[in-house]
Order: sequence, then structure tokens, then C-alpha cells
Amino acid sequence: MYEIIRKKRLNETITLMTVNAPRAALHAKPGQFVVLRADIYGERVPLTIADSDGAAGTITVIFQLVGASTRKLDMLEVGSSLADVTGPLGRPSELQGIKRAAIVAGGLGVAIAYPIAKALRSLGASADGFVGFRSEGLIILQDEFTSFCDYIDIRTDDGSNGSAGFVTDGLRARLEAGERYDEVIAIGPLPMMKAVCNLTKPYGIKTTVSMNSIMIDGTGMCGCCRLTVGGQTKFACVDGPDFDGHLVDFDEAARRGRFYLAEEREAEEHRCRLLESAING
Amino acid sequence: MADMAKTKTYMPLLPIDKRRATFEEVALGYTAEQARKEAGRCLNCKHRPCVSGCPVNVAIPEFIAAIHEGDGERAGEIIRKTNSLPAVCGRVCPQENQCEKLCVRGRQGEPVAIGRLERYAAEFEPRNGGGRQNAEPINVNHPAKTAVLSGTPVKVAVIGSGPAGLSAAGTLAKAGFTVSIFEALHNPGGVLAYGIPEFRLPKNLVKKEIDALTSLGVSIETNVVIGKSLTLDDLRGEGFSRFVICSGAGLPQFMNIKGETLPGVLSANEFLTRVNLMKAYRFPEFDTPVRVGRKAVVVGGGNVAMDAARCALRLGAEVTLVYRRGREEMPARAEEIEHAIEEGVRFELLTNPVEYTRKEDGTVGGVSCVRMELGEPDASGRRRPREIAGSEFTIDCDTAIIAIGNAPNPTVTSALPDLATQKWGGVIADDDGRTNLPNVYAAGDAVSGAATVILAMGAGMRCAMDIINM
Repeated sequence: MYEIIRKKRLNETITLMTVNAPRAALHAKPGQFVVLRADIYGERVPLTIADSDGAAGTITVIFQLVGASTRKLDMLEVGSSLADVTGPLGRPSELQGIKRAAIVAGGLGVAIAYPIAKALRSLGASADGFVGFRSEGLIILQDEFTSFCDYIDIRTDDGSNGSAGFVTDGLRARLEAGERYDEVIAIGPLPMMKAVCNLTKPYGIKTTVSMNSIMIDGTGMCGCCRLTVGGQTKFACVDGPDFDGHLVDFDEAARRGRFYLAEEREAEEHRCRLLESAING
Repeated sequence: MADMAKTKTYMPLLPIDKRRATFEEVALGYTAEQARKEAGRCLNCKHRPCVSGCPVNVAIPEFIAAIHEGDGERAGEIIRKTNSLPAVCGRVCPQENQCEKLCVRGRQGEPVAIGRLERYAAEFEPRNGGGRQNAEPINVNHPAKTAVLSGTPVKVAVIGSGPAGLSAAGTLAKAGFTVSIFEALHNPGGVLAYGIPEFRLPKNLVKKEIDALTSLGVSIETNVVIGKSLTLDDLRGEGFSRFVICSGAGLPQFMNIKGETLPGVLSANEFLTRVNLMKAYRFPEFDTPVRVGRKAVVVGGGNVAMDAARCALRLGAEVTLVYRRGREEMPARAEEIEHAIEEGVRFELLTNPVEYTRKEDGTVGGVSCVRMELGEPDASGRRRPREIAGSEFTIDCDTAIIAIGNAPNPTVTSALPDLATQKWGGVIADDDGRTNLPNVYAAGDAVSGAATVILAMGAGMRCAMDIINM
């Protein structure tokens, strides 16, 4: 039922997949996510909706191969189907009223930032883009993202694209040059989002972050994704995933995010053993 | 002449030492011989007190008489007339507070084991396979007329496939209505699928009950979150004209005490969903992990707390259950408390957590608790617990599972701003399940807050009856 109709490797660790999921596509908005399962043994994996087409009944997700579940997902090819796709979940990003935004994204975060940039343009807002990757070979969606930005700054950790540094370096330079934004939208790994928030706080610029906590159901039932925002417990799945970055307890979020790392490795080893025995008969 | 034995006929159980290592069902059910013997204890009272204790009015003396005559098939049919999930209710109903509480035999000795007998009768497949054309509409005043409104068949959308939704859908389908159930999760069953563990309610039984519903013509669509994927207006566009909200009580409550967001502190909903729905007890065969460590603390005294404690035990942990009142006040089903104790769950009663403390690695390492004493009765009639000053102590743990209750799931209601709800989130509905919105009904935990399977089923059935008789 949830047939894969397009699949594209964006780089060695990031894959784009378009899936037939009319119920999830109908009302999908930027910032929302789906929960999907590759097969009936699979985990429920939350993935941000990178693009959707309500009329065609499709959603597009972009995921990084970080563990057993995403690797399993990546093994499925066009024509085969996912076991489950549920959505759209979470609150849409609140973009109304923004006139000038800075979108800061790291790695896979660019996939989530791309529909935001697109939506901002359609709302008549302008956006500057600050994106970062580990190295040049890992850069994704460069042309797509750039086409919706007034200004773009692309950095690599190792300088292989000719512009070494972190996303915060580009943003800092613009802020120091006197550029001002209604809102900064930061999407990427927790340390990156934390660094962006630390940078923008003295300027008093509203900074929204997208939290990708561990989830099970994604509908507010388990509380696995809870985080502390301004001293209050929130559920990323129903209260977010977008939050005021200046209020998020990033250190706690990082500790909670690491909780199942050992089991992740065990699952990965199990999957490799299964693959080996399948190959070796 | 009835069998005057003072105690219930023994129901075989899985041996205790075996239970700690398996998720297999603990209660094994009566044999035909045991069931007939127990059925012989029923006095077949004329005033049928047991029936008035049953939220769905199962014809209890009649089905027991059928078992006594050796006709289990007929017993099953009698129950199914008013109860669409007998195999489930026989296992999870708190009979001691309902039918069995009112049994005359209970005045001197133990009541008739109505729950065990119901479970026995449920094993017999309906004679006609439960097929739509053969189903007998029960208590339906004008079944043939009502399934059609101004010449078009009435389509009913049931939101949620838990006990309330299944019961509403079954009742409606038997009366000739076109019914679709929309379920947010990937498997139907609601709490029967994600909450109640395999060792108490085998999932193949739940599947069988759900298959019986689909054979009545009910369609079940999973992965649809009403209020997110589809709105009621979308459903109206698809031709639905009646709606029954059965979205359950799935919002886990926390105590908002220090350390509650530490890794390793989790809601019973998360723990049980990992174990039951995602089958984490079979990790890594199934991809979803669950970690309990060496020592687990479970907070709460209801069925969910017992389920969580017994799951943690089976996953290899030493389990301590912390509850702020005493054993008498525990809302859990008596049998679950007994089984938990037998299996080795340690109870710290009249004890309440005040803080979760952390280990060096940043995960939870202990629960600081305080001893309680019981004061005056509160609104629920149970004596209100209060802290004893200076009684703090700590229980070491690697996992803390919070099972202090669940509030109604807000996703559906927040998408319906005009729907009247209680301050605490419950949908306001009358005895027939009618809400303030025309043709929108609500039933089960979504209305009452977390209660029991059978109360939810009764409420679902009443919504269905009101739709049928409209």
C-alpha cells in the first residue's frame, strides 16, 4: 500500500524516498513529520516530511543511515512497499508573520530546512541560508535550497568546499555586519542548534529549533520524546517538534537521545548477521 | 441441586518458576470438565443479581446453564449477543467488582467463577461463523429501517479501535450499518494491543476478535490519526454521517517531580508499548529495544502498574512496586496483584516517590521515596494518603516506570474546538454517548478517563444503540 515510487541517494549516507501515502499527504504542512515502519518487525521511525503532494497522495522523506532501522529502510527499492506510514504528525512550523528569516541547517537538517525555505518564499518572506556539512562530498540539496534563499553561506568542517568552519561562523559574520532577522530557524544536530541559540541570544533574535527526540507512537501517548522547555516538560511529538531554542534544555535532550545507543549497535550487528547468513545461504 | 463447594473450581496456572522467563499466558483456562463442575455451582437465581453487575448485561445464568449442559457453543452465543469480546472480558474484567461481587454464592464462600466460565465459553466459535446475514440483531427496535437514511445507507466512522470502538462497531454492523474504524497505530485493538501484555491477553485472541468483526463487514483502517490525517469534514466528504469518538485515555501522567526527565525514567505507556505493540521482548528479532537493567521500580497501584511490573520481571529485572496507599486501596484486579506477588514483585506500600536521582552516566540511579499514612477519605472514597515527615529513603534502580494514570488523548478533541470537554480533557457525553455536536458520539476512556475494558465496551454499545434507534 505504501509503495516507494522514487528513491535517490543524495550522498553516501543520506537517501531521499517518495512514498505513496495519501492519508499522510492530504494535510501535510512544513515542519510536520510521519512515523513509518519499513516492515512488520520494524521500529516506528519519525521522519520529517521533506515534501508532499496532496493531489498525488505522496510524501517525500529524507533520512540519514544512522542505525539498523534507517539502513533497513534504505535497502527497500522503488516498487516495494513500506509496512506503515502515519501522519502528518506534530504541529506545522509557524511561519506566518516572518518577513526576514535566517535558516541555519546542518547535514540532514538541510532536508528539513528546504521545505521551510520554500514555504517562506511562498509567504512573501525572504530568507538567508547558512548550511554546514562535514565535507564537500556530503553536501545535499545545494541548488534546491539556494534557489529559495536571498543569500547563501555553505561551510564544511574540513574546508573541502573552500569555506571552512561551522554554520555559526557564517551567521555570526552577518549578525556582526549588522544584518537583522525576525527569526532564526535552526535545524540539525543538537550541538549545532545549541551553538546557534547561544549565538543569537545576546542579539535577542527569536530562534526556533526542530527537536528530533526518540519517539514510539508520535501521537502523544508514550512520552518518550519529552524534553524540558523553559522549565516545563513538553512532548516533541505533539507540542513540537518546533520549540523556542532559547528555552530548550539541550544537554538533557542529548542525554535522552543517547539512551539506546548500545541497543542500536546490537540491532545493527543482528541485521548484519542476518544479511550475511542470507548471502552465504 | 447445585454443587455447594465453597470455593471456585481451581483454574490451572503456568508454574511460577516458568513464568519469570516467558511471556506465555499465565492463566490457562478451564477444561470442559472443570467448567462443567464450576457451572454446577450456579444457583440460577431468579433475580439474577450478577447480570445487574455487568456493564453489558451478559445473560450470565443462562450461559452458565448452557455450559452445565455441556453446550459450550450455545454458551458462547448467549454471551456474544451483548458482548462482542468475550475472550477478552473473561480475562481482563475486574469481575470481583462487577458480576461476581453480586453473586449470591459469595455471601458464604467464593462467588461462582463467572469470569473463568466466560473465558471458557469464548473458546467456542460462533456456529454461523459470526457472518453478517446470520447475525441476530439484539435489542434493536427497527433494525431493517434504521440502517438507511433517506434512501442512502448510513455510514458510521468509529475513531479508535480499542474496546469502546470495537464494541460500537460490532453492534452497528450487526444492525446493518456500514462501519469503518480508523486507528492511529499500525495494529488495531487500542489498549488490548499496546497496553495489556501477552501473558495476560494473548495477541492472537485479540486478532481473532477483530477478524470476527471484519467478517461482519466492518472495515478497519490503521495509520489514520483523526484530527491530523483526516478531519471529520474529510470523513463527511467520504459519506460518513455519524461519528463515534473512542480515542481512549492515552496521555501519560507524570508527577512533575525532580529527575522525571532523566533517561531511564519512562511512562508505563512507553514501556508497555515497546514491549507489547513493538514486541521489544523479542529484540533484536524485532527492531524496537527496551532496557530495564538489573533493578526496576514501578510507581502505581492499578492494572497498568501490575502489567508493567510483571513485564519488567520477565525482562530479567528485580522489581519493586511503589504505591502511595495500601494493598486494600489498590485499584488493580485482585488476580493481577496475586500473580505479581507470586512472581516475586516486591511491594513498597504507603510509599511515594519525591525525586529521581542520577547515576554518574546521567541515567536514573534511584528513587527517593517518602512513607505515607492514610488520612480522611477523599472524593473517590479512598483514604487520602499524607507524607510522614522525616521518613525519606532511597530505592536503587536502573529503570523507573511511572504508572500513575492516563488522561484522555487530546489529538482528536484538539482538532474539534467546538466539542465540549471537561477541564481534564474528557469528552462530555450523555448516557447515550451524545456529545454537544450533532451526530458526534463519544465513548469509553475518552469520556470517562482511564477505566476498564468492559465499561468502555458498554459505553460503545450504548452509542451504537442510540444511532440504531434514531
